[in-house]
Amino acid sequence: MEPIYLDHNATTPVDPAVIESMLPYLGGRFGNASSVHQFGRDAKVALENAREQIAAFINCEPAELYFTSGGTESDNMAVLGTAYYLRSKRNHLIIGATEHHAVLEPAEYLHKKEGFALELLPVDGEGFASSDRLRELVTDKTAIVSVMHANNETGTIQDVASLSEAALHRGALFHTDAVQSTGKIEVDVKQLGVDMLSLTGHKIYGPKGTGALFIRQGVKLAPLLYGGSHEKKRRPGTENVAGAVGLAKALEIAGQRRRQDFDRWSSLANYFVEAVSARIPDVHFNGSRSARLPQTVNLSFQGIEGESIVLALDLEQVAVSSGSACTSGATEPSHVLTAMGIPAIVAQGSIRFSMGRSTTQGQLDYVLEKLPPIVERLRSLSPVYQRSRA
Amino acid sequence: MAKRVLVALSGGVDSSVAALLLKEQGFDVVGSHMKLWDYVDVGGDVHQDGRCCSLDAITDCRMVCDAIGAPFYVLNLSSQFRERVINDFVSEYKAGRTPNPCVRCNADVRWEAFLQKAIEIGCDYIATGHYAFVERNENGRFHVRKGIDGTRDQSYVLWGLTQEALARTLMPLGGLLKPDVREIARRFGLRTAEKPESREICFVADNDYRRFLREWEAKEGRLPDSGDIVFDDGTVVGRHHGTAYFTIGQRKGLGVSHPRPLYVQSIDAERNRVVVGEYDSLLALEFSVRDVNWMAIEAPEEAFEADVKIRYLHTPSPAMVSELPGSTVRVKFSQEQRAITPGQSAVFYRGDVVLGGGIIA
Repeated sequence: MEPIYLDHNATTPVDPAVIESMLPYLGGRFGNASSVHQFGRDAKVALENAREQIAAFINCEPAELYFTSGGTESDNMAVLGTAYYLRSKRNHLIIGATEHHAVLEPAEYLHKKEGFALELLPVDGEGFASSDRLRELVTDKTAIVSVMHANNETGTIQDVASLSEAALHRGALFHTDAVQSTGKIEVDVKQLGVDMLSLTGHKIYGPKGTGALFIRQGVKLAPLLYGGSHEKKRRPGTENVAGAVGLAKALEIAGQRRRQDFDRWSSLANYFVEAVSARIPDVHFNGSRSARLPQTVNLSFQGIEGESIVLALDLEQVAVSSGSACTSGATEPSHVLTAMGIPAIVAQGSIRFSMGRSTTQGQLDYVLEKLPPIVERLRSLSPVYQRSRA
Repeated sequence: MAKRVLVALSGGVDSSVAALLLKEQGFDVVGSHMKLWDYVDVGGDVHQDGRCCSLDAITDCRMVCDAIGAPFYVLNLSSQFRERVINDFVSEYKAGRTPNPCVRCNADVRWEAFLQKAIEIGCDYIATGHYAFVERNENGRFHVRKGIDGTRDQSYVLWGLTQEALARTLMPLGGLLKPDVREIARRFGLRTAEKPESREICFVADNDYRRFLREWEAKEGRLPDSGDIVFDDGTVVGRHHGTAYFTIGQRKGLGVSHPRPLYVQSIDAERNRVVVGEYDSLLALEFSVRDVNWMAIEAPEEAFEADVKIRYLHTPSPAMVSELPGSTVRVKFSQEQRAITPGQSAVFYRGDVVLGGGIIA
């Protein structure tokens, strides 16, 4: 049988129309966008067209959009770049407790090695951060507040607009990691009120290695790379023209499909969660039932390890992940679920099912057939589960 | 349906070929690498190139599995390994004994946490690249028998496996010689075919266990205690900087001058003394063995004869095993043996079959 892919929050295939849009720039129109001759001009025009399209998509000026190699680079650039630039005046960072490691780790580095104070903004049981709490934490010394738009593990969508407002009153910069949300829900930098926003292509049927950072006009940051005047010296390196074109095309398609995909995913998710809960006891839903990316379903199977479920499902041709892809292989429960106050015995057994455009109810039915015996077997072998039932 | 087997791959040629052979025998092979430790924690290799548990080794496992058409997973068992193997290794040395971490790892990690994982994901068996046979004998018990490649025999480190564990174990290399294994790997184009073999303790990459202990202890904030080196009549003949840095039978590095060669005869960690003597002082006939596991036979009621092996490179020697039944038994060789070392394993053989074993008390 065809394997079933339910790990679209990790990555997606590239849409054929996106591949089509990129091909000319991998072949005949191969110029270096910095060259003065016609080959260069041609590439530069393609790059700037892509920039314009993406800027319009997130409602910013083209001049405010910088191409990067993806989400991790955008996040690092935002956190490290602004912190280094502001360090003499502001040496305090506030980072959401459920951030991706691409934000958390640079912040921890700044804290451990560069003397910045670091505060984690807590979240509630559904993963929401509170703007009132942020207002208490932010000070005149806060350089940057970074809270992600939609969480990669649970899909929980933060009220970024009210959080960014809370940061603003002390003059702190606000960054949001919109890697999972861009293309799946509306992302408008003005409505969100953010100074910086990270996005990537490969979560929305675009190519890997593509991404961008929105930097509001007037926000200053130190570059992480040196070596040329590309991207106004903020991100030197020969531009990935085909990637930029593909990213723009991927967003265009996502924009067209957004409402229809959203509704379809919502009903599939509801169907799946209900069916799992009906067939398997002691299942917990992690995240928000209302403000959530509907294609992300994070469930905990109490008393067993998520890793074992992932492997057992893989052997049944079903691809899912436990926690985020980056932490799988480690045995600690996910920091996201831990921050949400979910006890380890529940958090450890968490599985993220993330649907995509190709997901069908038939595929979910196959999972619903394979999953219960796997969970049952693991629980029969788990002294932890036996104890919790006794 | 084909039986499913989880093969423990180290990144070396032996376990690669074990996986390949099982695949060819029609098993549903699943490959896996146990991540047991990290160079950051154990030190010893600045290049971190290619040994087990490095990223290069994991890549080799992954590519081999792809070549033979098996899924591959990395299983992180490092907390179990630290708790059961490394901590034991350190505390045994500190108690004046010479541990065998491979024995601990096999009994407490591979055939424990790893086997558990295998069962969890629906495997019927686990398999390894040990040069040994696992068989069921006429008494209905499972035992390990030495492989045909006498130079690679690894039965010595397998005495701790329980019957339940052995019932679920496959060792497909028992009937092969090392050159055959390399030839099979070459013929199949496995990238691990020419990989050099490592026989040291895996987490002591530079093979310098003293360096490992020193660094490990320093990280925990503990410093070694200096003390006396003495003859067994108590005469002080020198100073040592920590009893843990000595093993029985050691001749080099004592820093004691004496007309004839001196050897470490015993280690008295409690009184912080290292006892040295001349060659003859290392010879002994009798010793006790604790934590005994019976393999080919049920716990015997009466004394019996066996060939007993007391370290990895020792030739098994005839002995009487007595004071049965019990978890501690007495072994008496028919001829004196050199450097019977507490902490090492004593394995009881009948012919090539492992009857059982334990730890020298």
